[in-house]
Amino acid sequence: MNAEQLYADLRDGLEPWRSSTTQWVGIASGGAWMAERLQQDWGLDKIGVISSSMHRDDYLRRGNKTTKPGASRPESTDLPFDVTGSHIVLLDDVLYTGRTIRAVLNELFDYGRPASVRLAVLVDRGGRELPLQADFAAQKIQMSPSESLRLIRMDDGTFSFETK
Amino acid sequence: MKNPQLNKNGELIHLLSTEGLPKDILTHILDTAANFASINDREVKKLPLLRGKTVFNLFFENSTRTRTTFEIAATRLSADVMNLDIARSSASKGESLLDTIANLAAMAADIFVVRHSESGAPYLIAQHLPPHIHVVNAGDGRHAHPTQGLLDMLTIRHYKKDFSNLTVAIVGDVLHSRVARSDIHALTTLGCAEVRVVGPKTLVPSDMAALGVRVCHSLQEGITGADVVIMLRLQNERMSGALLPSSHEFFKSYGLTQEKLQWAKSDAIVMHPGPINRGVEIDSAVVDGVQSVILPQVSFGIAVRMAVMSIVAANEGDAA
Repeated sequence: MNAEQLYADLRDGLEPWRSSTTQWVGIASGGAWMAERLQQDWGLDKIGVISSSMHRDDYLRRGNKTTKPGASRPESTDLPFDVTGSHIVLLDDVLYTGRTIRAVLNELFDYGRPASVRLAVLVDRGGRELPLQADFAAQKIQMSPSESLRLIRMDDGTFSFETK
Repeated sequence: MKNPQLNKNGELIHLLSTEGLPKDILTHILDTAANFASINDREVKKLPLLRGKTVFNLFFENSTRTRTTFEIAATRLSADVMNLDIARSSASKGESLLDTIANLAAMAADIFVVRHSESGAPYLIAQHLPPHIHVVNAGDGRHAHPTQGLLDMLTIRHYKKDFSNLTVAIVGDVLHSRVARSDIHALTTLGCAEVRVVGPKTLVPSDMAALGVRVCHSLQEGITGADVVIMLRLQNERMSGALLPSSHEFFKSYGLTQEKLQWAKSDAIVMHPGPINRGVEIDSAVVDGVQSVILPQVSFGIAVRMAVMSIVAANEGDAA
C-alpha cells in the first residue's frame, strides 16, 4: 500500500466536503499529521487535534501511552474553535475496531455539541467491534487480527505505512 | 530493600513520598498532570477514568485545601468520594488505625488518601492493604507531602521549562516542613542545578546538607540569583520550645518583601504551599505581586492529584 497515493486519493475525495463551515480535526497522532497536510495543501486557517486517551475503555485495565512512563509525552486535545454548532470531519489513518472513534466522540462532546460529525480514513482494515463506519475510506482491505498497520511520518514529511 | 511504592514491574501503586521515585515516574506524573490541567478548557470538566471507583479521604489531621483539591480531583475523574472526619469518629472511640483501615477496605474502597500527624502512617496503611487498594499520602508528620512536592514541580516546569539550569531557594521553617523534604527529593531527582535551604539555625536541620542542598543562614545569600523562591509557612502549631525569639524578629530576618526579592533574578517566581501568614514569612505585596504564582499552584494541585490517582489506579499491586 502506498500511503502517499492513498493520502492524495483522500484529499481529492474530500474536496467536495470543503466549505467555510467545515472544521478538520485529526486524531492523534496519524490523523493529526493528515490534518496538517490538508492544512498545507488547502491553506486551511486552522485545524484541530483530538486525543482518545482520556476516554479509552482500556485505560485502567492496561494503561496506554499516557499512563506508561518512558512513553512519548501524551498527545492532548486542541480544538481552536467553538465545537457547538460546528460541522466536524474527523481524520484518522487506520479504522479497525472502532474503539478509538468511540473514545474520540466522547472526547469531542466534552467540548460542546457539534452540528454534525463525519469520519474520513486512509484505510478501513475491517475487524470492527462496534457499530461505527467511516464516511470516506481511501482504501478498504481485510486484515487478520495478528497483523498491525499504522501510519508513520518520515523526516521529509511524507507518509508511509508500517506493517507487522 | 523493596520500594513499597512500586510493584514488581516498577509501576507506581502507592504515592507515599517523592524520595526514592525514579525520574521517569516523576516526569510521567508531571506529563500526565499537564494534560489534565487543560480540562478547564472543556465544557464538561469531567473524565470517566475512575468511574465506579471509590476514594476515601482519611484526614487524621486537619486540612481544608488539600482535602478539597483531592476531592475535586477525584470527582473530576468520576470517582465517588467519601470524606471521613476521623478525628471525631472511630479513633476517638479507641479503634486502632489498622482496624479502622480494615473496616474501610471492607467497604470496597479503591484509593485511600491519607493525612496523619505521625510520620510513616501511610506506609503502615499501605503495607496492610490488599493489592488492589492504593494509598496516596496527603501529608504525614514532618516526613513527606508528595503531591505538594509534585505540584510545586509542575508549577516550576510550567514557568521555567527545564530544571537543569535552575537555582531554587526554599526559605523558612524547613525543620517542620514536609513540603520542603518532598520538594528537595523531587528537585534533585529531576536534575535541578542548585537547591538551597534558607533559614535560622534553629529551623534548618543540620543533616540537610546530606541531601545535596546548600544550607544558607542569610536570606540575601540564599535567594541571590535564584530562579524560584519557595516560601514556607512558619508552623507555630508545631513549635515547641524557644526556636524563635518572635515572629516579628523572624520577619525582619527571613520575611520576603518586594525589596528583598530584588536579590533574586528579575524573572524569579515566588511560591508558597499555603496557608499564608501575611506579614510573618511573606509580605502582602509579594503575595499579590506579579512574581507570585501562589494561586496557579493551587490549580496545578488539582491536575497533579488527578494524575496521581489515575496512574496508581491503573497499576496492580503485587500479590502477597
